[in-house]
Amino acid sequence: MDILIASTKIAVVLAAMLTSVVFLVLVERRMSAFIQNRIGPNRVGPYGLLQSVADVVKLLMKEDIVPAKANKPLHDLAPIISIAVAMTTFAVIPFGNAIELFGTTIKLQIADVNIGILYILAITSLGVYGLTLAGWSSNNKYSLLGGLRSSAQMISYELSMGLAIIGVILMAGTLRLDVIVEKQTEYLLGWLPAWNIFLQPVAFITFFIAAFAETNRLPFDLPEAEPELVGGFHTEYTGLKFGLFFLAEYMNMITASAIVVTLFLGGWHLPYADMLGLSGFALSILQVLTFCGKIVLVLLFFIAIRWTLPRFRYDQLMSLGWKVMLPLTLANALVTALILLAF
Amino acid sequence: MGRDNGKMIRTKDLTFWQKLYLPEVFKGLSLTLSQMFKPKFTYMYPEERFQPPSSFRGRPILVEENGVERCVACGLCSRVCPALAIEVQASETELEKERYPVRFEINMVRCIFCGFCEEVCPEEAIIMSKEYELVFSSQEEAIFGKERLLTPAEQVRERLEFLRNSR
Repeated sequence: MDILIASTKIAVVLAAMLTSVVFLVLVERRMSAFIQNRIGPNRVGPYGLLQSVADVVKLLMKEDIVPAKANKPLHDLAPIISIAVAMTTFAVIPFGNAIELFGTTIKLQIADVNIGILYILAITSLGVYGLTLAGWSSNNKYSLLGGLRSSAQMISYELSMGLAIIGVILMAGTLRLDVIVEKQTEYLLGWLPAWNIFLQPVAFITFFIAAFAETNRLPFDLPEAEPELVGGFHTEYTGLKFGLFFLAEYMNMITASAIVVTLFLGGWHLPYADMLGLSGFALSILQVLTFCGKIVLVLLFFIAIRWTLPRFRYDQLMSLGWKVMLPLTLANALVTALILLAF
Repeated sequence: MGRDNGKMIRTKDLTFWQKLYLPEVFKGLSLTLSQMFKPKFTYMYPEERFQPPSSFRGRPILVEENGVERCVACGLCSRVCPALAIEVQASETELEKERYPVRFEINMVRCIFCGFCEEVCPEEAIIMSKEYELVFSSQEEAIFGKERLLTPAEQVRERLEFLRNSR
């Protein structure tokens, strides 16, 4: 029974993520078009909704090319690592409160791990292997540069990411993500929801910036900076293998937004929802929808930032990571600890 | 910012709020988000086409008046054409001293739409139309003969008026 429930949850979450990637790509293309006073893809299906499906079919039919002196096993392995990491990170994120169904209580979280945050940090750092191996195995100087950049960037920003989370962990006193969300369902001063964005604004900003760097999104997309590195680590990838990298990037985006929502924006908490007088089941559904809505808002912000800011120079990226973000997050953790100690 | 003996010189210093970077990010965001709701420049092409103004130089055509071409086969257009796209073969008509083109061909693969032929023509016989959709599936198909070039004067009235007003 437990296995059945778990596999159902996995199937639902994976299906939801894969379909949302399809639409996320379209939303990104349409939104960028609107920002640039264009219309964007609107021919395949109503409002261009099936554009991504057409793109996937195109990628499937492309030839799989491996460069002559490439390391074939690693070249094949790299996209697999990327996609596997992107798919597994979501496992610990609670997407709703516990739900009562057919007499059993089901936690809306695939894996109820007591070190949830640690799991996320560990798995996302594995993701860099995918990019670095892709760059290394392609036998191409641009790929190698992209892979090197990604490893340096990931390591620099993972530090400040982890240190930003420390503030949140100190407040919650636990590494469990479901407890962290539950702590955020209380109210400050009787009316303000106790979301961590209000309690830990510095941690929120630094974590958000680090999330951009971790997902290789503009303004920090140096590993694949098109004007300088052709395509960066995925220069030598074609067809479905390129598609896997693409899919992994967008899934990482969704996961990063989910983590931001869980840690800082109250997770599935909808303020004042208990005043609506809904039944337990309806309330749970509403909370899951709230969670999805918050993720969509964060994703839209991700996309808007991408089409607003220019790319950082590499030295600027490094000095921001080490000279600004790291001291800031360290100070934030220290101040939080001192305040908690004092009260 | 420039370099002088290896020392960095800032010609313009950023203010404190600019160095903080975040307010500037939101300024940029407000710009891009306000652009989102402005009217678009895109034409929905096959359904909605660009309607060129009279000054537009599209495919050159031969003006047909009362069922015959205005062209007197002087060959000036063929001589002035920088891309050597025009070929004219003249012959005499029944009227005295009058000539007409037996063969008039424009190779649309060669044509560069410069409009010199129109400018040089003493009879206003060859003019640039508004047509810009030129697709061929072979080299031969791109050579336009008289039958495809001849267009009744009424259809190109706008361009003729434009030429008269601007000369």
